[in-house]
Amino acid sequence: MLAKRIVPCLDIKDGTTVKGVNFVDFRDAGDPVELGAQYSKAGADELVYLDITASHEGRKTFTELVKKVASRISIPFTVGGGINELKDVDRLLSAGADKVSINSAALRNPDLIEQIAKNFGSQVCVVAIDANYEDGKWLCYLNGGRIPTDKYLFEWAVEAENLGAGEILFTSMTHDGVKTGYANDALASLADKLHIPVIASGGAGTKEHFRDAFLKGKADAALAASVFHFGEIGIADLKQYLSAEGIPVRL
Amino acid sequence: MDVAIVKYNAGNIYSVDYALKRLGVQAIVTADHEALLAADKVIFPGVGEARTTMEHLKASGLDALIRDLKQPVLGICLGMQLMCRFSEEGDAECLHIFDVDVKRFMPERHEDKVPHMGWNTLKNVKSSLFSNEQENQFVYFVHSYYVPVNDNTAATTDYIIPFSAALQRDNFYATQFHPEKSGAIGEQILCNFLKL
Repeated sequence: MLAKRIVPCLDIKDGTTVKGVNFVDFRDAGDPVELGAQYSKAGADELVYLDITASHEGRKTFTELVKKVASRISIPFTVGGGINELKDVDRLLSAGADKVSINSAALRNPDLIEQIAKNFGSQVCVVAIDANYEDGKWLCYLNGGRIPTDKYLFEWAVEAENLGAGEILFTSMTHDGVKTGYANDALASLADKLHIPVIASGGAGTKEHFRDAFLKGKADAALAASVFHFGEIGIADLKQYLSAEGIPVRL
Repeated sequence: MDVAIVKYNAGNIYSVDYALKRLGVQAIVTADHEALLAADKVIFPGVGEARTTMEHLKASGLDALIRDLKQPVLGICLGMQLMCRFSEEGDAECLHIFDVDVKRFMPERHEDKVPHMGWNTLKNVKSSLFSNEQENQFVYFVHSYYVPVNDNTAATTDYIIPFSAALQRDNFYATQFHPEKSGAIGEQILCNFLKL
């Protein structure tokens, strides 16, 4: 049976791992290659590395990091951050990444999704959506949650699927960093509207939150950062728990 | 031992190279016919689209070369599909090493998502690519097309329907999943191939 996936996410700035709480105030969480190797050993199903560096120098550092991760780690990993055009995708896939995650660039230029799908296949194209619940709707944001757009979560996710996205990574800004659980109602609506996998992101604080993202939110994968980086939840322990709760996971 | 990885216009060739390096094997990544013929083992990886890739293989003469190899050959993912007779992806005539056609997954319920992406279990493992230890173990898949169960099926996996997770005929071995991305289990399978 196809397993539900547990995906630790590593935010990378200048070659080290950081995790924001509500997208600001970073705390250091260590060496990204070592951390990824540890997660892989503990049973993580996939890894996500997000480059939050803005500078050109930082991009080069990140590409070098992707090569190191690819040479060291034997599970799939997705990279994102700063991907604006096809040649960025080519550079990161050539460095050894399995998938790329695009966010702001896709909102600004939806054709990029189609180009990636056509050139490299839908399976490499993860469309990440940051949305905040306001006035009864999920509004999509650009630039790491700093700039509101005129797009809404469900419409945008369906459009992205139609353009060739292989997966949707939905981060609830409303839930991110506050550890009260994932946005399960919105996740379940996404699962009903889409025909591609959905990765839940934002809000994990306990093992029960992961269970609920799968059972109530119908997510295919659940992503988290700080609960793993700071050892609040162990991945092996989490997967044992999920298995006991009847959720198919890789043990 | 000389291991050659077939270099062509498919993506993700280097992840196989990285996986072999982790196992202490220095492979060559090449499209050179002499080098491929001389290798002890040949790995034919691939992520991409069947028709475009077949056209590329034909243009470079690699199609006939791969078909005639006598040493152990391991096709991975698209590599495995291209070793079949025909693929519905782009209606492509393929290498015809395995006498079976590649079909597209047809969802039966809303939950049946295509591509089949993620970790799924191996069943009915046979062939020297596997040992009993790999039965029911999880390996990593990413694909929208599949090879139906047939006489050359060496392992099955259930997704929408049971399909071929691996194939074998004579010196030709193939996996639909990515052993190079399947953690410790994938490394065991690669080691089994290298020991053939």
